[in-house]
Amino acid sequence: MNDPILEMRGVSKSFFGIKALRAVDLTVYAGEIHALMGENGAGKSTLMKILSGAYRPDPGGEIRIEGQSVRIEGPLGGRAAGISIIYQELSLAPNLTVAENIYLGREISSSGLLARGAMREGVGPILQRLGADFSPSTLVAHLSMGQRQLVEIARALHARSKILIMDEPTTALSAGESERLFALIRQLRAEGLAIIYISHRMDEVYALGDRVTVLRDGRLVGSLDKADIRADTIVRLMVGRDVSSFYKKEHDPDGGRGHPVLAAIDMADGQRVKGCSLTVHAGEVVGLAGLIGAGRTELALLIIGAGTRTSGRVEVEGHEVNIRTPGEALEAGLAYLTEDRKALGLFLDMSCLDNINLAVLGHDAKLGCILDRDKARDRANKAFTSLNIRAANVGVSAGGLSGGNQQKVLLSRLLAIAPKVLILDEPTRGVDVGAKSEIYSIIDNLAKSGTAILVISSDLPEIIGICDRVIVMRAGRIAGEVARGPNSPLTQEGIMALATGMEHLDA
Amino acid sequence: MPDNGASQAKTAPGATNGTAAETGRQRVRMLISALGMLPVLLILCIGFHVLSEGRFFTGQNLGIVLQQAAVNTVLAAGMTFVILTGGIDLSVGSILAASAMAGLTLSQLPEFGALWLPVSVLTGLGFGVINGALIALLRLPPFIVTLGSLTAVRGLARLLGADTTVFNPAIPYAFIGNGSLTLIPGVASIPWLSVIALLVILVSWLVLRRTVLGVHIYAVGGNESAARLAGIKVWAVLIFVYGVSGLLAGLGGAMQAARLYAANGLQLGQSYELDAITAVILGGTSFVGGIGSIWGTLVGALIIAVLSNGLILVGVSDIWQYVIKGLVIIGAVALDRYRLQGSART
Repeated sequence: MNDPILEMRGVSKSFFGIKALRAVDLTVYAGEIHALMGENGAGKSTLMKILSGAYRPDPGGEIRIEGQSVRIEGPLGGRAAGISIIYQELSLAPNLTVAENIYLGREISSSGLLARGAMREGVGPILQRLGADFSPSTLVAHLSMGQRQLVEIARALHARSKILIMDEPTTALSAGESERLFALIRQLRAEGLAIIYISHRMDEVYALGDRVTVLRDGRLVGSLDKADIRADTIVRLMVGRDVSSFYKKEHDPDGGRGHPVLAAIDMADGQRVKGCSLTVHAGEVVGLAGLIGAGRTELALLIIGAGTRTSGRVEVEGHEVNIRTPGEALEAGLAYLTEDRKALGLFLDMSCLDNINLAVLGHDAKLGCILDRDKARDRANKAFTSLNIRAANVGVSAGGLSGGNQQKVLLSRLLAIAPKVLILDEPTRGVDVGAKSEIYSIIDNLAKSGTAILVISSDLPEIIGICDRVIVMRAGRIAGEVARGPNSPLTQEGIMALATGMEHLDA
Repeated sequence: MPDNGASQAKTAPGATNGTAAETGRQRVRMLISALGMLPVLLILCIGFHVLSEGRFFTGQNLGIVLQQAAVNTVLAAGMTFVILTGGIDLSVGSILAASAMAGLTLSQLPEFGALWLPVSVLTGLGFGVINGALIALLRLPPFIVTLGSLTAVRGLARLLGADTTVFNPAIPYAFIGNGSLTLIPGVASIPWLSVIALLVILVSWLVLRRTVLGVHIYAVGGNESAARLAGIKVWAVLIFVYGVSGLLAGLGGAMQAARLYAANGLQLGQSYELDAITAVILGGTSFVGGIGSIWGTLVGALIIAVLSNGLILVGVSDIWQYVIKGLVIIGAVALDRYRLQGSART
């Protein structure tokens, strides 16, 4: 192979004494797709932000581009060094045209006036090269997610970038759009670009990766060549221990499955959810799997009364309950843990104490409205102990906690109402490995004590590791169910076949 | 930070496990955020005392300051509820005028005269609940709704007195406007207007800090979507805060009417909303909601009253008073930004 285009040697980064990145060496060649994998918090985004210039690495390391030692500083530093990053949430201005977005910050002007014509002509060839089916004067707001990604790539090419970093680019794309994106990425590789491809999805890494580098806890734990890329090797590298012991699953309800606690029948919202029924029994952990956009979160929101229901009914312990708001769901014993704890779950400026007690304040109150502060403090302290929440004290604001501790605070709020049904939406998203394992034991213990639990997760090993059976959704409908039997373990293949609609091909 | 002060002091000793230096620094930051603008108020008082050659700290002058701060304190208390939810109420000045007009008009009728006070307050409550209903149920932006009622209610206020000044030299309960509560006969007394203002602050503190509703108000301001998912009736909280703001504007109208024995629908309460908002922001309540305290609002209202009084004592012209007060508003918002930056999170 030729000389490397990007070399990182001993690059570290610490925040307030916590090492986010420890002496990472990374070598990327022109004309290769280099997959970067690792769990949340493994250091992927820190590494990216160093390459983009958003973070300055600790002294001691070195970054070389085409053999030249460089210092990447400031938000424009990365672009100046020939590095472009396409983030998960795209950074386009929807109210501007394609050409204006590509030229953003480097507009062509003649005597102070914007030269729109020249800008349109300037981006024409690049869009053509990428096979774009829209014109430079289209408003970005009118483009699909796949087309917007194309604009981002065009912007990178226009800036003459030699290294393109893509952070989970298929998250918001349909299957067809993903395929077109893959073809484009391969074309760019053939043209000699170096592509660093960050993804959680094994199938994408198989399809694209020339090499895979795995990060864990800020360290580079392994680099694999194409021939050595295997799922179990990568998972072991990412998790750092044998996967089977990572998931806590001691409780097995098969001997005596409890009575049905939650039954949702024919739920639909007229858009994303098209008639779904499911049942969860006492002491059972049921997984709800499916691709992004399959309607899992929407179904959960519908069950707890946070969506607009066009049909369907909910039964708790055999009795129909009319749930129109999340408040009524809580009263009926249904608690929902949101997938987006910062935007929809926590009150970041409020104390952990208030966050934990929020759902039971009215219940605890004296004379119906006066806060019982001793009770609240007691409850919060107990939650801190039993869920092992690490913070100075219960009075600190929730916003200052780490992701795992925030998640446990939010979970404590739900547990305070002693729910009959717990719906957990991506319970370990953005949570470090240690807290993940603790959350799995909490789930296991709750199931042991008879709570009915529904876990929505895109993390297949997780769902297989902790669930008794898995319901799979596809395009707003229940596609099927995979159960764990004595001789038939749950498999990723079985779930993916249902999620993608491939199960008919097997038959 | 919504939960500091008293609750912080009561933290169980066993619950802490941070390093000593960290908790020390945290304590200093807590103190700064709790004290807020109080040092500014004290410096202003001392400065004016020196500049006016000792005429500021006299019993008589302090009484005047407290009396002048009273109505704005009451309006600002209501405004604190609203701004804590991330909203704004531009209509309090107009509601104050309409309530005073309604009360004074009624007080002229011999058989119902004594009812003028509750009628004033309830008129304010009515307008506030209408504001709240439009905002909570129709999901209209608070700025637009209350900007509309700023104009519309002003018109109603003029209509009530047929666009003239209404007088009633024999208005019942006139003592609340001009009387004083004697603390030590012949030595110390406090204007009834100030007593009412302090009671309003005290009750507001109780509601915000000691009731479930108070936590819900902070929650709605901190994160409305999360509040909805947590089962809080966001619409009820919003109607409550705008109702409180209207009710306190009505009370302010009654206080003004009792003090002046008169009201004019066009002039009374003009631009009072701006003074109220300034007091709240000076008091450290964040404009985006969720952070702030009622004691800060009291300090903010006192700063405004001290500024007005002090600038007159020192002999600054009326025109320059406007310029200086305007700059104080901008400075306060700059401070708000700085405070938010100080509590930056990951």
